[in-house]
Amino acid sequence: MANENRSVWTSISFWRRSAAWVTGFAVILLIWLTFDTLGQISMGTDADLKNKVTKRVPAPTVINYHIDYKYNAKRGHEVPVIGDKQPFFGKEWSEEEAAKLLHLGKLTSQAKNCMDCHTLLGNGAYYAPDLTKAWLDPAWQNGGPLQGMTGKNTVEEAMAEFLQHPSQYPTHARMMPNLGITAEEAKGLVAFLKHMSSIDTNGFPRNFSQAAKREQGGTYAH
Amino acid sequence: MLTSIKTNEFAGSESKKLAMMYFRVAIVLFGAQLLMGLIAAIQFLAPGFLFEVFDFSVARMVHINALVVWMLYAMIGSVYYMLPDETGIETVNIGVGKLAFWVLTAAVTVVVLVYIFIQVGSGTEATIWLINEGREYLEAPRWADIGIVVVVLTFYWNVFATYMKGQKTGIMTVMVANLMALAGLYLAGMFFTDNISMDQYWWWWVIHLWVEATWEVFVGTLAAYALIKIIDAKREIVEMWLWIEVLMLFGSGILGLGHHYFWIGTPEYWWEIGALFSALEPVPLVAMFVHVLYDWGKEQGIAKAEGKPGSVMKNGPAMAWIVTNAFGNFLGAGIWGFFHTLPQVNIYTHGTQFTAAHGHLAFFGAYATILIGMMYMGIQGAYGIERLKATFRSKMAIFLITFGVVGMTVALTIAGYEQVLVERADLGGGWEAFFTAQNLPWYIQAQVWRTIMGVVTFVGFIYLVWDLLTIGKQAKAAQSA
Repeated sequence: MANENRSVWTSISFWRRSAAWVTGFAVILLIWLTFDTLGQISMGTDADLKNKVTKRVPAPTVINYHIDYKYNAKRGHEVPVIGDKQPFFGKEWSEEEAAKLLHLGKLTSQAKNCMDCHTLLGNGAYYAPDLTKAWLDPAWQNGGPLQGMTGKNTVEEAMAEFLQHPSQYPTHARMMPNLGITAEEAKGLVAFLKHMSSIDTNGFPRNFSQAAKREQGGTYAH
Repeated sequence: MLTSIKTNEFAGSESKKLAMMYFRVAIVLFGAQLLMGLIAAIQFLAPGFLFEVFDFSVARMVHINALVVWMLYAMIGSVYYMLPDETGIETVNIGVGKLAFWVLTAAVTVVVLVYIFIQVGSGTEATIWLINEGREYLEAPRWADIGIVVVVLTFYWNVFATYMKGQKTGIMTVMVANLMALAGLYLAGMFFTDNISMDQYWWWWVIHLWVEATWEVFVGTLAAYALIKIIDAKREIVEMWLWIEVLMLFGSGILGLGHHYFWIGTPEYWWEIGALFSALEPVPLVAMFVHVLYDWGKEQGIAKAEGKPGSVMKNGPAMAWIVTNAFGNFLGAGIWGFFHTLPQVNIYTHGTQFTAAHGHLAFFGAYATILIGMMYMGIQGAYGIERLKATFRSKMAIFLITFGVVGMTVALTIAGYEQVLVERADLGGGWEAFFTAQNLPWYIQAQVWRTIMGVVTFVGFIYLVWDLLTIGKQAKAAQSA
């Protein structure tokens, strides 16, 4: 702004300073929001689940509960609803066991590169179905085609069986390849999927599986 | 590879020679990216193709990683290329720069070989460290992450030291500040957590704050440098534009990050923040577009008024790619991004081919174009050519690649549109809805066109390589004749 005859609009130093201020302001706002968000998306505790305190991301022990995804009139979309206790692979998992299983599942999901075919929370590749609410998918429930195909009686057992031998259960020309998933890893993955289905995703995916649900009489009942 | 840019006859600039080394690897990786894309495209149509040998996940992983890495190579090359011009001195430690190049190239080779031949590992920490981190775009195993950080720090130190020692132009000031943010952000993607929401929160810090903030500013600085070199644009005007672009790009792009936080477990307030700021993201892209064309027209007008005949362009193919960048950035990142950035729309488009359509045109329009332009600048410098004119091959390359990518984008948009309506709006997502939509003729037809347009792009790439190999030698022969 050395030249006083020049308009501020053509002054490099004015724009440089403005750029610095705007960038600084945006960064500070982002950091502030990040602190707030991180607080809200930290995993809840087992006590939260027992006391029916709703968390956006519940504790790993959520695998011990029945999970549903129901329309909430106040929020205008579906939200996960954590119900009564329900055995997972035939038992109740302690805090430590559940955390360990979820850890194995999350690691396996990365080690097997799930995200380069599927989407998780809608992010990833678009070659295979979104897994955000896969746990709640009618196809995996009692009477659903995927559970029926594996000959198992629970969602978790059916999913684990499929994950270990995916190309033995072809449903379409496009199949899931065999990735050498062990029985333990498969259990971990199912825990990871069940946990993910309990995350409050602000209603994504909307009207989840409504067509399949209609056919089955309106519930996700297991 | 690329004998034409092997000549390296820069008047003593080792930095520019190093730039050409980076460009050479970049173009090889660009080819790898296209081949992997073709394999993945074919697998959509014929799922048995290479099943359980070279699965879609592997092809897709190498496709997007080759993309990111070739762009980083071309970006590093571009910085080494402009550094002596902008600072007025030679890059301070070229020996370390070269060492870093070889270390990085060796590491990339090992990572790619492991991706291709080992592919996946067991569910243990060892896999994350040695084979594959399994997080889209950031699949590189942890050892490579650390290697990348070390190499990038070396590079940054070299740039920073040269900047401090030489003259400090506005372009270099933006470059130095922006590169620090770009390098630092990578650290946000280097940890493991069991919490998938937390995982994706930080993952987007790297992905979004790279491609929708720091990379865009990087492109702004490259365009500023290139306009000065190619059409003699006035530095004062170009640098003023650059600060305005920084203001608008960071002002919208940093909080535009919110549009990735609609559905990953994060609170609802991101709907408003993401919608508002990401809706503003196209504004600077319009400005950049206007800026490039306006400066070009203005310089040409001045030359005409001064009675100078002919074009003011000193590098035809580079200018063509930079103009394509101005338009492609606005169209691919701006328009195609805005299409699905509002949460009301995004709840249906999120996770469909809509995103893939946007991704293809945005990465091409915003980044591939200008980086190819920089390679032509490199060839002009390497051969000491005063005026580099486009050949038939240059024209075929830019036409076929642009036509191919736009064609793929349109096809994927149609596929995405069908998914949005059938899979999401009508059937409500889920396993059955997904496959119903994937198997409808409308979707398959779109995938057929995508594959055809992918082949067109690849033919264009062959013309591009052919041109890069020959244009310098030809132009030099013509110049000395």
